[in-house]
This record gives sequence, C-alpha cells and structure tokens, in this order.
Amino acid sequence: MHDMNSGVVIVGGGIAGQAVCEALRERDADVPITLICGEGSAPYDRVRLSEILVSGEDPETLQLRPSEWYADHDVELLVGRMVTWVDTERGVLGLDDIEEMAFDKLVLATGSQPLMPPIPGIKLAGVHPFRDPADCDAIRLAAAEGGVERAAVIGGGLLGLEAARGIAAQGCAVTVVHLLDRLMERQLDAGASALLAPALQGLDIDVEFDRSTQQIIGPERAHGLRFSDGSELMADLVVVSIGIRPETELARSIGLVCDRGIIVDDAMNTSRPGVLAVGECAQHRGIVYGLVAPIYDQARAAAATLTSDATQSGTGTNRLYLGSVPSAKLKVAGIDLVCAGDAVGDLEAVVTDAATGVYRKLTVRNGRVVGTVLLGDTRGSEALVAAVRAGDLVDNPLQALADASLAGPADLPDTAQICDCNGVCKGALVEAVTVGGCATPREVMAVTRAGTGCGSCRPAVKEIVAFATGGLSDEPAYLCPCRKQTREELAGKIRDEGHESVSEVANACGTGRECGTCKPALAYLVSEVCANQHREERDARFINDRVHANIQRDGTFSVVPRMYGGVCTPDELRRIADVADKFEVPLVKVTGGQRLDLLGVKKQDLPAIWADLGMPSGHAYAKAVRTVKTCVGTDFCRFGLGDAIGLGIEMEKLWEGLHTPHKVKSGVSGCPRNCAEATVKDIGCVAVEGGWQVRAGGAAGGNVREADILATVETRAEALRIATTFLQYYRENADYKERTYDFIPRIGLEKVREVVLDETSGAALRERLRIAKAATADPWLERDDPYHPRQFEDLETPEPALVGPPAGGER
Amino acid sequence: MTLATSMYACRVDDVPLGEGRAITLDGRRIAIFRSAGGWFALDAACPHRGGPLADGIVCDNAVICPLHDRRYDLASGEALNADDDVVAHAVQLQGERVFVMLAEAAQLAA
Repeated sequence: MHDMNSGVVIVGGGIAGQAVCEALRERDADVPITLICGEGSAPYDRVRLSEILVSGEDPETLQLRPSEWYADHDVELLVGRMVTWVDTERGVLGLDDIEEMAFDKLVLATGSQPLMPPIPGIKLAGVHPFRDPADCDAIRLAAAEGGVERAAVIGGGLLGLEAARGIAAQGCAVTVVHLLDRLMERQLDAGASALLAPALQGLDIDVEFDRSTQQIIGPERAHGLRFSDGSELMADLVVVSIGIRPETELARSIGLVCDRGIIVDDAMNTSRPGVLAVGECAQHRGIVYGLVAPIYDQARAAAATLTSDATQSGTGTNRLYLGSVPSAKLKVAGIDLVCAGDAVGDLEAVVTDAATGVYRKLTVRNGRVVGTVLLGDTRGSEALVAAVRAGDLVDNPLQALADASLAGPADLPDTAQICDCNGVCKGALVEAVTVGGCATPREVMAVTRAGTGCGSCRPAVKEIVAFATGGLSDEPAYLCPCRKQTREELAGKIRDEGHESVSEVANACGTGRECGTCKPALAYLVSEVCANQHREERDARFINDRVHANIQRDGTFSVVPRMYGGVCTPDELRRIADVADKFEVPLVKVTGGQRLDLLGVKKQDLPAIWADLGMPSGHAYAKAVRTVKTCVGTDFCRFGLGDAIGLGIEMEKLWEGLHTPHKVKSGVSGCPRNCAEATVKDIGCVAVEGGWQVRAGGAAGGNVREADILATVETRAEALRIATTFLQYYRENADYKERTYDFIPRIGLEKVREVVLDETSGAALRERLRIAKAATADPWLERDDPYHPRQFEDLETPEPALVGPPAGGER
Repeated sequence: MTLATSMYACRVDDVPLGEGRAITLDGRRIAIFRSAGGWFALDAACPHRGGPLADGIVCDNAVICPLHDRRYDLASGEALNADDDVVAHAVQLQGERVFVMLAEAAQLAA
C-alpha cells in the first residue's frame, strides 16, 4: 500500500481537483489529503492556456500553486500517476496497476477530454485539439515557424476563438469555421454575435459560418478542410475546438451512474456513498458545466460534504450546490465580452451601436434578471452579472443597464463575484484591505488570489482596492474610467496623431465624452504634451481654471496674488489692504504657504481686483506650481547656511505658470533646522554645510511623509537645476491628481534619480520645461483680454421681462 | 403648449459653448447651459449643498456640480449620482435669442 494514512483522495489535477483540495483544507486542517494528477505537473490554470498560446511563455507560469504550497498545507501531491482501478467496498485504489492506496473518501475530478469528431483525416499530422500545454506548444510552433500559410480552427466557441487569436498573434492567417450561423451560440444572441465577427476581422481572424466539416484533407498531413457543401478551405494547421466530453471512464469502471457526466446530487455525491465528483466530469441536475466559475461553488459544496458526518450530510442549504448561472469572459485582446445567464428572455433591453461595436443587453423573465450580454463596452459587468446570479427583480431593465454603466465599485454588493477564476467576491477584497491590512492591489491579489487567473478582472480588483483604501493605491488609475484609457495610452495618441485640443482627443479616442469627469485631466494632458501650444478649450476646465480663482463652499472665490518666496513690498501690502476695503472682502488670511488670501470674492469682481492688485496670479486655485515657502536664510538669520529666499524666488520665477498633474508645493530652508518645512514639501531644498540637499515627494497632509533626497550638491545653481529637472519629470509622467509623494514611490526613487540626474535625459527634460514655460502667461491678464466676453459674468435679469417667442421658435 | 409664458433670457453668444451661466428669471435663480447637445436650463443651486451648477463641467448632456461632483441630467434634472433631482426648465431658441419657460409655467400651460 502506498499510504496507510487514508483520508480523502482526489483524483484529477485540474482546476477542480485543486479547488476541492483548497476548500477542504480550509474547513479541516487535519484530514489527510492526497491529490493525484495524471498529467506530469502540479495543477495548472487551463483557463489561461490561450495566454500561453499568444505569449509563448513557459506553461509553468500557469501553475495554480507553487510546489511548496502542497507541503505547507500538508497535501500529498502525486504527479504523473494514473488511477487504474477503484474498489469502493474496500476503500482502495490502484496506482498505475503497480501500487495500492487506501482512502476513506474519494473525489473524482477527472475533467474532460476534447471532443474530436469522427471524420476522415482527424488523426492526420497537423491536426490538434486545444486542451493542454502540449497542444498549445504544438500549435504555437506550427503557427510561428512558417510553412503554414493558413490555419483553420473548427469551432467558434469561446475556446476556439481564443485559439484563433493565439494563432493570429503568431502572424499566421487563420479562419474559424463554425457549424452554425453565429459565434458562441451558447452564450450570445444573434445581435451580439453579429458584432463579434467584424471585431474578430479587425484582429485578422476570418470567420466562415454554416460550415460542417466532412473531412480533413491529407494525405500525410493536413492540407485543408472539405465541407458538406463540397467547398474546401486550404489549411496546413487545423485546430479542433468543438466542445468537451466529460471524462467518465474511471467512474464507469467503478459502476457509478453516468449520463453525459457522472451524476451527482446537490451535495456532490455520486451514486456510491463516499465517492464524490466535481467539475467538468460531473453532471448536476442534467447540466455539465464547461466553464470555470461553477467549479468553485461545486468544490465548496464537496468540501462541506466531506467534512460533515453522515447524519448531517446534505442538510442545511448553505452546504449544498444548487447549480450555477453560467458566465464567461472572452479573453481576446481588443475584444471586450462578458456574458452570463440566458441570452434571451421574455423581456429584453438592448443598447447597441454597430458603428462602435457596442452591444449591451439585459434579459428578464418573470420580472427577474436572467441574463446579460456585454460586448465592446463591459462597464458595470460585475454588477450586472451579480444581478443575474442573484436573480434580482427589475422594473426597468433599460434603466438598470444604464445605471450599471455608471456604477462604481462602491455600488456593488459584497457578494458580487469579481474574480471568476478563483471565485473571489467583492467582500473578500474589501476585507483584505480593512481587516487584512493590504494597501495595494498587488497585495490584495496575492492574499485573495483574485486577478491571478485569467487576469480579466484586474481592472475591477484595482478599482475595488482603490475604493477600499480610499484611493491610496500604488497603481495608476485610468485617466478616463468610462473608456478605461490610461494616461500613457492617451499621451501616446496625442503625440502620434498630433491632437491639439480636448475635443480632438475626445473625437479620436472617445475619452472625456461620457461622464466628463476626466475632461480636466485631458485638458492638462493636452497642454503638457503640446508644451502649452495647445488649443485651449475652457469648457473642459474646472471652474477654478476658467476664472483663475478658487471656488469656495458658498460659490464665491478666493484670490491669492503671487509673492515670490513669500516676500512682498510695503506697496503691495497696501494695495492688498485697499482691495480688501474697496471690494468688502469678508476675510483676509495668511496661508500655510506664506501668502495672503482674500476670501469670499464675487466672481464678477475678479478682473477689477486683479487690476487693482497689479500682482500676478499665485495659482493657488490650480493644479500648478504653487508657492515656494522660504525661511529668511542667510540674509538675517544667524544660523543660515544658504540663501533660502534667493533660491526660493529663483525657483518660483522659473516655474511660475506651469501646470502640473497635481499641486506642487515647495519650500527652501536655509539650514537643517528647516524652518520652511522643506522636508515635507513636494519639492524642497535644504541648505547643509557645504551645499544643498534637493528633496522631493514630501507630504504634510492627511499623511506625513519625509521627502526623499534626490541629491546633495555643492551649489545653489545645481540645486535649482535638479529641482527643475524633477519638476518636469513629474509633469510628464505622473497620473492626473497624483501628488509627488505617490508618484515617487510608484516609479521608485532609484529610477527617478537615474532619469533626473542623468546628464542627457536631465538636459532634455529641462529643455522641454523651458519650451513649456515660454508659452505661459499670467492668467490674470485675461482681465483685459477675456477668453469670452462673459468669462466672469452671469446673465443680467432682463428688464422688463420680455415675453415670447412667437410661434415657430425651435427647441 | 402656449409659448406666451416663455421669458427672454439672453442672446446665444452670451453663453460660451460647453458652459453654463446663471440668471434670475421671475425672481428665480436659473442656470442656462449651452452644450453640444443643445440648450438646457436647471435651477441654479445644486440640491446637495447649494453649489453653483452654472459653474459646473458640462458633458454627455449632464452637468457636474463644481463643489462635490454631483451629476444631473441637463434635460430632465435627474440626479445621476445624487439623491435629489434638480428642477429642469424648458429652453427655446428664436434666432439668436434664448427663451426659458419655467417649470411651473409649463405645468400651468399644459
């Protein structure tokens, strides 16, 4: 006997076997578990095979758990071993006919085999199923190494399309031949399917419908397909992906009741006590599930059955498996597709735009959501799939579709499943942050394993982690969440396609056209990429940047004139006082950045106030270079080591008017006593014995962070140069609303230093800053040259009120 | 509906494209918007904390209040991410002139 320490033996090293293993260990830390894998490796993630087909990465990267995991969790893992017979009376099974192993309970997770149609030529060389890493290797090699002019994929289901994508990615022409008149007919309705084919065409995948393959043309190796109508398609590589056949051979040899699959009840018990079946080999309530999501639910039910004693078995609905709503995501780059449940119902809401390839549908039966199909625009898919799974009541499905597209992660119920591969719900992600103390998506993914499967849920995981952490995430957010476009992607397009305004980018990329919250970000990006030579569109700007003042809670504004380095003249002070009197400014306050703030100003008074002040804008309202706070330095202070005021003024004049991804507050201290608090500024310089420390990434807000030292240099000129170089690096690379203290940790201090301190890249950064700076102007000069005649004015009440218009007025 | 209850508000050029402006009509503060999708009018104050909707960013037939990012549908006044809707008024153009019919007037005329 192999092992007298019987316990639970799981036969089959696929996702199902692994899932049972994990669910069981979670419920019972002590029960002996043995996992027997027929293939020569530990369980791997079959769902991600198509990724390997595209990338050619080592299949080992697909392994679900590292080899140490099995030892750590006291699971005996046997790889490359076949179970050849089972004696359920004695509780013994045979391994490769040479060894016996005892078990108390047995779980069959034998999975499925690819269905190969019995047609002539199916065994020819060049014909492959698409099922395991070896198939993957063979297909990839054939497609990548030339000699194949065209590949054919038989079967337009989920897996077939993924295989086709993998082949196309090798630069090989590929045609999908499908038996029916629409693709993915088990998941999609005709409408979505009709849009899917052209989308595939865009990825160089041809599709032929109504093709019943009668023969694979030989003679020695595959050269083409012959269809029932007599037509032929030349193809030197043929991939067959028409479905799966549950692997029931072992089950039948034991005498278990089988139909298509091994018949199981709601507790996952087969017809023989103590023997369970889970996954693609099992048939539950008449259904064999070929998708991954149900496996996790089944595995949990099986674990519950295995750990309950016989008298409890099957009681309590929470431990039973009651069936799954099938859901699927197509993991093909460039095509977003999510579907769940039934594609047809007795009431259907459809939003479609053939031009952009968008199709969104919600199906309802008896007032309950029963299915959804989202193609091209999968916003809100988590919420909609959750509604399908829960069978939510819905009054107005069209409204529900629209609401879902606007719903953020905060709106999802805790039970919404985010990661289908690993069966992780939103609640578990939030708990990893709130209870588990995770701070970043990466940590949360490591703990919960969400997003570590096919990866298609990673954007959702990031959003939920950002929501749970209050946005304190180390990974960039989308600039445009509606279209899921990042800053880098958009900056590249603006550069490559030469866009000069927000509306041009919106037209070309769709960014900023939906909810509009990203328009200010886009306005900054366009101005930055175009070095301030962009075409300004004020409607894309936040009100502060339309009127160059900071809006207050009552709709009035605050005015902060520029005082370089916090230094001002008696005359300037007098003018500020006069303005406060003349315009009855409710509050005059010294700010934290050493400036004077006039608060409670009416919008229409702004131009006159600026004229009376005769000082430039302090940009206290903008995401821009704000103040440079200074101490008195060497001028008067008896401890001063460096000219803090001088350097501060120099910095402020050199950077004035430059907009930035988020506000940039700076400081210069004349000695390490640091009276100007330069070590907690976005950019700070501190005079030390023999030179200057240049720092960046400091914070003294909700969090306090000591600024990192970029360099310690000998001269004031060098300090100014490095600080300036960093500023431009931040301007070009930070995400909108990403402060320096988030930016530097994200990029990594070493990388920042490398670029900023490098002679060549540093000089290039400074040159670009110089060009951008040359195109800036004091925005308060718009008092004489407004962007629009009514830039600062509301509309007057007409006196007397005119009545009209006469008939014929148009809406 | 009768048009006699519409009030002249402003000229087309008085509101920059893609922005809004506030006006007092019949003693009521109204925000008039000139979006790519047409002209719209809402009560001027955001139902959330009274923010000036006329100063909001206009996009996708909605306006975002500048104070706390509450969004409202320009045509219906429906709250898209807030609790309370804002009252919407009808806008009509005649040539270069913009007319507003206040919601109550519209109800009376209907």
